[in-house]
Amino acid sequence: MRYIEPHAHMVSRITDDYTEMALAGCAAVCEPAFWAGFDRSSADGFFDYFCQLTEHEPKRAAKFGLPHFSWLCINPKESEGVKLAEDVIALIPKFLERPNVLGIGEIGLNKNSRNEMRVLEMHVELAARHNQLILVHTPHLEDKLKGTRLILDVIKNHKNIHPGRVIIDHVEEHTVKLVLDAGMWAGMTLYPESKCSPPRAVDMLEVYGNERVWMNCACDWGVSDPLAVPKTALEMKKRGHSAEAIDKVIFQNPLKFLSQCPKFKLAS
Amino acid sequence: MYSSAINLMTRQQVLDLYFMDARSKLIDLAAFFDRVDRANGEDDFRIIALRTALKELSGENKEKAKSVLMVLSDPTTEPIANATTKAAAGAYPGAPN
Repeated sequence: MRYIEPHAHMVSRITDDYTEMALAGCAAVCEPAFWAGFDRSSADGFFDYFCQLTEHEPKRAAKFGLPHFSWLCINPKESEGVKLAEDVIALIPKFLERPNVLGIGEIGLNKNSRNEMRVLEMHVELAARHNQLILVHTPHLEDKLKGTRLILDVIKNHKNIHPGRVIIDHVEEHTVKLVLDAGMWAGMTLYPESKCSPPRAVDMLEVYGNERVWMNCACDWGVSDPLAVPKTALEMKKRGHSAEAIDKVIFQNPLKFLSQCPKFKLAS
Repeated sequence: MYSSAINLMTRQQVLDLYFMDARSKLIDLAAFFDRVDRANGEDDFRIIALRTALKELSGENKEKAKSVLMVLSDPTTEPIANATTKAAAGAYPGAPN
């Protein structure tokens, strides 16, 4: 089995996780910028974080034979302060040329506030101006449906964003069709307690099809499982999905989306 | 490959694969409601929302997971003025939709 982990916060994980992912068949890992679990006090903290994502973490992953890619932004959980967000977004263009940067993400909304919306629009404009792929975080729990609708409206209303270059992550049964109908990609995040379980992810595949969808573990400093994608592949196998169908969802689909950025290359 | 809905298992196969897991989760849920009922104090919006969502599990509805999620979702459409917390509660504090 081979797979691409398109969303994992490896700076929060131990090196044993890299070992286990590599053993499970991981061919590449992609790391969106996210909230550290506490608010950073200044843009300087983000500068250091972006250096970690583009310099240090790729070297750590390489020790396990894994190509490492990253996405840059200020996460929605820190987007209530617009001035800080403006300062952080101003840092991003100088990092976009770095060899492992795939695009802008994970942007989006958390509590669906006006300031979060403003920062989301700033990020989308940044992506349009620099022709970047976009990876979107949708809110948690009761805020997801409303936030997904607001996010889709922002992106659809930007005339320079092609929907096929946008992945909307953390979809569930009440949001997946909204995303696919908008022409964007849908990410199913496999969490032990929230978001989506492996059986539910496979249910969504069987109901909505396997085009423009990927699965990710989004492992971070919280309760999460870096092997959630291969475990969901096993769930597909138990239900009778073919090896080709599994490979499409966990390898070929993320490869197709991510290869829209010419910097995304797998080891030969 | 499949670009639309498929069914790979018979109903019997689905039951064989998932019944024990669903049974376990259902009893855990029942025990949770018993625990809440034994505890002193008042209900809050979360348990009220869960009781409402439970009604979605009966009947002929073919999208029960989606319906439960809809009951637990914020039904409003306008952005809020300010984010005063980062956390989500799991249910909308307003009236169940």
